[in-house]
Amino acid sequence: MTTNVEPDTTADDAPIEIQLSAGAATPTHAVAAGQGAAAGPAQPELGPPIFQLRDLGVWYGKNEAVRGVSMDIPKNAITAIIGPSGCGKSTTLRCLNRMNDLVPGARVNGEILFGGEDLLSSDVDPVDLRGRIGMVFQKPSPFPKSIKDNIEFGMKVNGIKPTAERVEQALVDAALWDEVKDRLKDEAFSLSGGQQQRLCIARAIAVEPEVILMDEPCSALDPIATLAIEDLMKNIAERFTLVVVTHNMQQAARISDQVAFMTVEGKAEGERCGVLAEVGTAREIFSAPKDPRTEAYITGRVG
Amino acid sequence: MTPVGDPSGRRKRLGGSVGERAMLLALAAAAIISILVTVGIVVVLVGEGATFFTEVPLKEFFTGTEWFPVEGKYGVLPLLNASIVIALIAAVVAVPLGLGSAIYLSEYAPERLRRVVKPVLEVLAGMPTIVLGFFALDAVTPALQTVIPGLGLYNALAAGIVVGLLITPLISSLSEDSMRAVPNAMREGAFGLGATRRVVSLKVVVPAALSGIVASIVLALSRAIGETMAVTLAAGTVPNLSWNPLEGMQTITAYIVQVSKGEASRGSLQYESIFAVGLLLFVVTLAINIIAVRIVRKYRTVYQ
Repeated sequence: MTTNVEPDTTADDAPIEIQLSAGAATPTHAVAAGQGAAAGPAQPELGPPIFQLRDLGVWYGKNEAVRGVSMDIPKNAITAIIGPSGCGKSTTLRCLNRMNDLVPGARVNGEILFGGEDLLSSDVDPVDLRGRIGMVFQKPSPFPKSIKDNIEFGMKVNGIKPTAERVEQALVDAALWDEVKDRLKDEAFSLSGGQQQRLCIARAIAVEPEVILMDEPCSALDPIATLAIEDLMKNIAERFTLVVVTHNMQQAARISDQVAFMTVEGKAEGERCGVLAEVGTAREIFSAPKDPRTEAYITGRVG
Repeated sequence: MTPVGDPSGRRKRLGGSVGERAMLLALAAAAIISILVTVGIVVVLVGEGATFFTEVPLKEFFTGTEWFPVEGKYGVLPLLNASIVIALIAAVVAVPLGLGSAIYLSEYAPERLRRVVKPVLEVLAGMPTIVLGFFALDAVTPALQTVIPGLGLYNALAAGIVVGLLITPLISSLSEDSMRAVPNAMREGAFGLGATRRVVSLKVVVPAALSGIVASIVLALSRAIGETMAVTLAAGTVPNLSWNPLEGMQTITAYIVQVSKGEASRGSLQYESIFAVGLLLFVVTLAINIIAVRIVRKYRTVYQ
């Protein structure tokens, strides 16, 4: 993953929001960076960005859903997107692998650099892109096939030879292998909800993507299944970049390296639109939020 | 409506108990009448059919290869064969058309187009079949004759094609319903793995909706076997034991039409024979419908 930004410009005095481009003229960063003072702590733990969002906006028909989102998403780390309902977290996430292309009437503007290339460009084939940027959804969505066939589906689609070793490795990575190794031919629907979701994660891992997007992956699960998934997320984050939308702040605090807080802004006509309020390391956001809206949200006064 | 916290019960409930009872009786009567009518039909079919089978042995009926009532030849195979040949031709026409349009409408068509096309297809299903019959005679057969020289006016091919057109909307509409019942999460899951729309449609949605699709085809076949007017007009009224779709042949239904229209006097053996073939038709379509219901029950995946 090459980036077009010098990876070590994370100057000691640069706030997280403008890491890696602190010295560069990127006025679109104003949305996020404008909130914070320039005296943030150093962030040595965050690597170079794999995604660079620049003034991203999404319209569904005549409704502006998300406006002016600019942030970097570090490689091989977990970035959580949090915020109240309707703030455009999922919408933003779905831009990263062009899932919004499938929504009739959806328009995306701005720029998302992925490895230095604008993935919103019409030259980019969204089908190929989704092989490199996998996705796990809110509701476990196994296919009505066997456990093994569920894993092999994505491999076949992406031209990866579905060997038994690869199937096993994906299930091991998703912490599901021990529970299903004797019943790979069973229907995926015979699994519990938490197992189904880990199967969906295994299915995504099996494609060997660079990034896995997760849209509220635990919101349909009980606390024990949720913890199992959080553990596996931490384990695979060394190999994959994870971007996780969650409404659960404790979860974001537990798992993430970087946190983006989105919120809803009223517009003139009474319509509401999602914006990025603040982005920073998990520690910054949860212990020293700079934006009053972030603070209000994490302390439970709003949302 | 119950007046909670009003111990005196002063508030009067909407509609008295008399109205409730009347409604219950009326609805129950409607249900019972429709069941009784069906039972009555079966009783008549079995009763009259039994009279027929006292004179014509079952073995002769099911193994005889000639249906020639005037000479007392009651081998049902030519009629049954004709019904099957035409239903199969209809399936060959209707399955690709119906499934293709179902996949298109469910997975490819923009919502606005779907909202227009689907009702139009369903109207086609309500087309009077006699109209399709003379459409076969007047348009399909002449068109076929330009391609197949020597094709007679009455032939199974044209009949099968129009019956196929008749059952296409049934297949497409029911299949489309079952494909749209596949949760969107499943499609997104596949798209999220880098699947193309073709792969999502054929490898995810169609297998997920398979029970509904197979049931729609089976029900359409049952409809094709029972179809009467179009085949009476288009396939002719000459019993003919043949698998050649270019020949004319008489189906079970067409035979019943012919005899009921006054070809045979009441009480004669030939008249009784329509109850025998009617019973056979009833058993065949009943069996097909039971198979359809079984398929749906056995393979239905329940999506939350």
